[in-house]
Amino acid sequence: MSDRPFFSNLKCRECGRLYPKEAIHICEFDFGPLEAAYDYDAIKGSISREAIASRPQSMWRYRELLPIDGAPTVGVQVGFTPLVKADRLAKRLGVKELYVKNDTVNYPTLSFKDRVVSVALSRARELGFKVVACASTGNLANSVAANAASAGLTSYVLIPSDLERSKVVNSLVYGTNVVGIEGPYDQVNRLCSEIAGKYGWGFVNVNLRPYYAEGSKSMGFEIVEQLGWKVPRHTVIPMASGSLLTKIYKAYTEFAKVGIIDEQPFSVHGAQATGCSPISTAMKKGIEVVKPVPKPETIVKSLAIGTPADGYYAIRTMKDTHGSAEDCTDEEVVEGIKLLAETEGIFAETAGGTTVACAKKLIESGRIPADESIVLCITGHGLKTQEAIHEKCGAPRVIKPSLREFEALVADELAALETPQPSTLNS
Amino acid sequence: MSTVRIPTPLRKLTGDQEVVTAQGSTIAEILTDLDQKFPGLGERICDEEGNVRRFVNIFINDEDIRFLEEKATPVKDTDEISIVPAIAGG
Ligand SMILES: Cc1ncc(COP(=O)(O)O)c(C=O)c1O
Ligand SMILES: [Zn+2]
Repeated sequence: MSDRPFFSNLKCRECGRLYPKEAIHICEFDFGPLEAAYDYDAIKGSISREAIASRPQSMWRYRELLPIDGAPTVGVQVGFTPLVKADRLAKRLGVKELYVKNDTVNYPTLSFKDRVVSVALSRARELGFKVVACASTGNLANSVAANAASAGLTSYVLIPSDLERSKVVNSLVYGTNVVGIEGPYDQVNRLCSEIAGKYGWGFVNVNLRPYYAEGSKSMGFEIVEQLGWKVPRHTVIPMASGSLLTKIYKAYTEFAKVGIIDEQPFSVHGAQATGCSPISTAMKKGIEVVKPVPKPETIVKSLAIGTPADGYYAIRTMKDTHGSAEDCTDEEVVEGIKLLAETEGIFAETAGGTTVACAKKLIESGRIPADESIVLCITGHGLKTQEAIHEKCGAPRVIKPSLREFEALVADELAALETPQPSTLNS
Repeated sequence: MSTVRIPTPLRKLTGDQEVVTAQGSTIAEILTDLDQKFPGLGERICDEEGNVRRFVNIFINDEDIRFLEEKATPVKDTDEISIVPAIAGG
């Protein structure tokens, strides 16, 4: 690394005041969120397509644009998940060029949250924290628990007490301290910001939030690189707090700023579940004031944040890029999960079903034109939210271990296969 | 008097006090009283037009005042008020 640090300051998004690179997250003057600021001129001299391509296949190949001082020490192998050309799904949705950014197989906990945690915990170590913690709708808890375990850090994760079983087990197994809080996520969040002020812990999404949030950019960097250094014309992104959406936007614009790509037109679109859709509701109404949802009611628990901290910026980002927002019912979420699984062999959690279902609506209504390139951000694995579809995808047919029974079972299906099939399966 | 929990970023203004007391029958009155006791606190919480800033949440006994009557929300002496900055999800 050169003498000039690439990551220079924290900066208030509201008033622009600069702050030191410490465990702080809001501006003292207006409570605006602090965001990492970089010396893009210095970065320009260090980063290039060739340099990136020569590095290991992880999110850290873009390290100049991630907010830590030294080399990463937590989550070194996170990221660089597949970008899948989704031709069968494209056909079903009636579009020409569609890709799935498949973070269901992110390492180690099967959601995009490993990206944010890798940055937050690497920074937590640089800042000397021994205990790390988070408020979570599930995926973040899994990732903090696993990554803290492998780094030898003590962790506390606070979650709503009614989460999916897999998400709870996926935190407990790492020996983390799991605390279930009665009430919706926003109550968990509020409690955490009070705890964070009281104990000297590194709270991944409170006092370490500026670092945490930047980790999401790596999903955007990877998409551009994997598309052959091109920005997709449309990106559909699930929204809880709205942070991921704003950071994918930031990634696309930063690559242009440091000369990795030329500026290209693009739109970002946000997806929510109707049962907790404060951001998409405001966006559809054309207003920037996000009205909180006091009691989210949806199977999409990972996105059920009623008071989205970055809602305002997510709306600004969608507007500025001529994007749009959509929301979908729980039934549509289940359909979305099944459609993605049946066409592409990818089993996504409810947030992924939401993204697919909302993309479908955006395409059908013409807000995403059929002949332009589209990337769907699929952010978490379906095994974590099995409850959501458990009774909605049938059950195995049980027979005795007898060839006759088996033949009886498949006779009709085989007959159907032998008659030449028009492309019903594919169309 | 109601008790008010002050978030870390504002404690410089309250002489490091985490919990303070304030007088008033509505949130608006409480905020005015706080600003008199701790000059400068008011402008951190409300913008130039007097609206609660975008990134500030005020809770009264665990209820967000946005779900109640915003600044006109009535306050009783026994109520506990928290001022909490918005934070990111997960
Ligand atoms: C699977 C999944 N996708 C997307 C999100 C949205 O994240 P954000 O809060 O950055 O909008 C979350 C957040 O918890 C999540 O768990
Ligand atoms: Zn500020």
